[in-house]
Amino acid sequence: MGIFDYAPAPESRAIANLKDHYKPFVDGEFVDGSGEPLKTVNPATEEILAEVGTASASDVDTAVRAARRAYDTVWSKMPGAERAKYLFRIARLIQERSRELAVLESLDNGKSIKESRDSDVPTAAAHFFYHAGWADKLGYAGYGPDPKPLGVAGQVIPWNFPLLMLAWKIAPALATGNTVVLKPAETTPLTALVFADICRQAELPPGVVNILPGAGDIGASIVEHPDVDKIAFTGSTEVGKLIQRTVAGTRKKLTLELGGKAANVVFDDAPLDQAVEGIVNGIFFNQGHVCCAGSRLLVQESVAEEVLDKLRHRVSTLRLGDPLDKNTDIGAINSAEQLAKIHGLVESGDAEGAQRWTSPCPVPDRGFFFAPTVFSEVHQSMRIAREEIFGPVLSVLTFRTPEEAVTKANNTPYGLSAGIWTEKGSRILWMANQLRAGVVWANTFNRFDPAAPFGGYQESGFGREGGRTGLEAYLSV
Amino acid sequence: MTATTSPSATPDTPAELADVTRDDASLRRFLHGLPGVDQVGVEQRAAGLGTRSIKKEAKRWAIDTAISMVDLTTLEGADTRGKVRALAAKALRPDPERQDCPRVAAVCVYPDLAQTAVEALAGSAVHVASVATGFPSGRTSRAVKLADTRLAVEAGAHEVDMVIDRGAFLEGRYMGVFEEIRAVKAACGEAHLKVILETGELATYDNVRRASWLALLAGGDFIKTSTGKVSPAATLPVTHVMLQAVRDWFTRTGQLRGVKPAGGIRTTKDAIKYLVAVHEVAGEQWLTPELFRFGASSLLNDLLLQRRTQVDGHYSGPDYVTVD
Repeated sequence: MGIFDYAPAPESRAIANLKDHYKPFVDGEFVDGSGEPLKTVNPATEEILAEVGTASASDVDTAVRAARRAYDTVWSKMPGAERAKYLFRIARLIQERSRELAVLESLDNGKSIKESRDSDVPTAAAHFFYHAGWADKLGYAGYGPDPKPLGVAGQVIPWNFPLLMLAWKIAPALATGNTVVLKPAETTPLTALVFADICRQAELPPGVVNILPGAGDIGASIVEHPDVDKIAFTGSTEVGKLIQRTVAGTRKKLTLELGGKAANVVFDDAPLDQAVEGIVNGIFFNQGHVCCAGSRLLVQESVAEEVLDKLRHRVSTLRLGDPLDKNTDIGAINSAEQLAKIHGLVESGDAEGAQRWTSPCPVPDRGFFFAPTVFSEVHQSMRIAREEIFGPVLSVLTFRTPEEAVTKANNTPYGLSAGIWTEKGSRILWMANQLRAGVVWANTFNRFDPAAPFGGYQESGFGREGGRTGLEAYLSV
Repeated sequence: MTATTSPSATPDTPAELADVTRDDASLRRFLHGLPGVDQVGVEQRAAGLGTRSIKKEAKRWAIDTAISMVDLTTLEGADTRGKVRALAAKALRPDPERQDCPRVAAVCVYPDLAQTAVEALAGSAVHVASVATGFPSGRTSRAVKLADTRLAVEAGAHEVDMVIDRGAFLEGRYMGVFEEIRAVKAACGEAHLKVILETGELATYDNVRRASWLALLAGGDFIKTSTGKVSPAATLPVTHVMLQAVRDWFTRTGQLRGVKPAGGIRTTKDAIKYLVAVHEVAGEQWLTPELFRFGASSLLNDLLLQRRTQVDGHYSGPDYVTVD
C-alpha cells in the first residue's frame, strides 16, 4: 500500500474448532443424513474446510415429524416466560461462543473477521435477546390477548449472513411458540450446525429446532411438505417466485425476503464526507453480498464530480484480502459461481458504455476475490442499473431535482431499502414518504436493529422480520 | 489559474477561492456553503479506523514516525529557562542510549522563552515553535497579538502557533478572524504559521470545518486543534474533519497544508490511531513532520518506552526514559 504497510493481524483459525465432518441436526441429535455429503469450501483459499452430511426428502419428513411432536407436546404448551428462558440462554451462549462463531463464519463465508466479529455475531445474539423479551408479552403485541403460534415453520436462508439470517428466522419463531426446520445455504452450513450444538447446550427440548443442510431440492422438500404451516425464505427473487407458486392454494403462511437494487440518494446539501462513508458502507459492506445494499448511487448532478472524486479516493483505501486479517475491509466472494456472475454483469456494464473504475488494491492470487468497482455514466436502461449484482460493484447515476430522484429511485422492480443524504430534515421526511422501499435510512446506511422491522415491496418480497411487526409472521392473527 | 484578483488573497490562492474573501458576505456564503459534517457518521468512521491492527514492523515504523512528528511542549506559567533547556536537550536526544532514535520535530514554548530554546537548539534541525497572539485565550488587542508574534519571531522561532479569536468566530465575524490570521501571517515573515482553532470551544463539527477553511484561506501553514488548555482538546473525529479540510484544500489548490492535533494525546496507541487517520483520510503524502505534528508533552515518553519494548522485546519501565 505504500510507506505505511499495516502488519497482517490474522485471527487464529484454531478458534473455530473446525471439524472434518458435520451432520444434520434432527430431533435433538446429530444424525447421518441420507443425502449425498457436500464439501464446504473456504472461498478465500479454495481449500475444502469440511464434509457436511446432507438431508434427503425422507430426512425432511423425519425432521418435520419431530418438529410437530415437539410443537404439540412441549413447545406450544409451555408458558411464554419459560420459552423466554431458553431464548435468553441461547443468546448468552452465542455471546460466549462469539469468537468461535465469528472465525468459523469468516472461514466458511469469506467475509472479513471485522464484520463477523463486530456485526454478524453480536446482532445474531441481539435478535435472541430481543425476541426472548417478547415471548411472555405476546398478549401485548397488539394481536389480541392470546395470539397463537402457527405450528411448524420451514425456513430457508441464504449464504450472505448465515448465522444472522438464522437468528432472524429462528428467534421470532421460537419466541412465538413455533418449532423449526431450517435449511442453511449449501455453501455456508457450518455456523448453523454449531448453532445446533448451542441448542443442545441450552437443553432446548428435542425437535424444537432441526437443521438440515442440503441444496435447493431439500429447500423444496421443506416447502412442499404437507405438515409445514409456515414458510419463511430469504434469497433470490427467482427462487422466491417458485416458492410462492408452490405454496399458492395451500393453507401455509409465507414471508419472502428477496433481492434488491437499493437507491442511495445524495443531495447537493448532504454531509458529503459522511455520505461517501455511507456509500462505501452501503455497497462494500460484506463484499456487496447484501440484499439491501445501496447498489445504485443517485447523486445530484451539481456535486456528482466531487462525490465521485472523494468516493474513488476513499474506495482505494479499502483493504481487500485474507478475511481472517483484522485489517481486512473486503473479504472473499462466497463462491466461484457468484464470482462468475459478478464478472458477467460487470462485462455487460462495459459493453453498454458505462465507465468502469476499479480500486488499485492488490488482489490475492488464490481464492474468489473481486476488487471494489465503481461504474459512472450509468443510465437506467443498463443492466447494471436494473439487475442485482450482489457483489462489490456500485452503479452511479445522476439526477437534477428531488422529483427526478424519487422517480429514478422507485423505477425498479425491487423495493427493499433506500438511503437519503441531505442536511434538510423536511426533505428527508418528504423523500421517505415517496420512496417505495421497506427501509429508508437517512444520513446513514446498513444499520440494523432487532427492534426495526425489515422487509420489502414488489419483487423484494413481503412480510417483515424484526420488531413487533415481525412477530405477526409467526402468529395466527 | 490566473493571478489573484482580491487584495486580501494570499499570492498563490486560486482566483476562485481568493474571491470568496472579497467581503464579509461572500466569505460567510462560502463557509456556510461547505458540506455539513454528520456527527454520527464522522464519529463512527473515527471509531472504525481506530481498530486497525498495527504490529511489529508497522508499529516500529509508526512509533519512529510519531516521534519525529512531536512538538515537545511546555506551556506553563511556571516555565523557566532551565526547564526549556532541559526540554531542548530531550528533543535532541529523546533516548540517550539509542542513537538510532529519531529526534522530535520541534520544541514549543511561550514567546519570552523562544530565545532560550533557539540558543539551546542552535545548529540542530529541531525547530523552535512559539505560541503567540495572547495564547491561550487570545483575548487581547490586535496590536498586542502582533507584538507577541514579533517577539517570538525576533527571538528566532521557526514556527508560530497562533490562537484564533473564538468569540469573533462564534459571533459570525468571519472577516475579522480572517484578517487577523492574515495579519499574524504577515508578522511571521519566514516563520511557519500554525492556526489553533480551539475546537473544544467551537462545539460543532460544522464549525470545525468552517474554521479550518477560514484558516487555510488566510494562509495558515498548519491547522491545529487546541491549546491544550481547554477540554475537550484534540479528538480523533475533529482531527478527521481537519484532515478532510487539508485534503480538499489540496484538491482545489494543489497546496499542501498541515494538521496538528494537540492536547490529550498521551499514549502510543492513541498516536498510532491518529497516524492511521492521516494515512487513510488525507493520504500518505501527509505522513511527514512537514505536514503532521503532535502537540504533546507526555506522549514522547510513552513512545520511547514502546519503542524500547519493540526493539528489546520486553518492557523496560518508566525509569528507563528521562523525565524533563
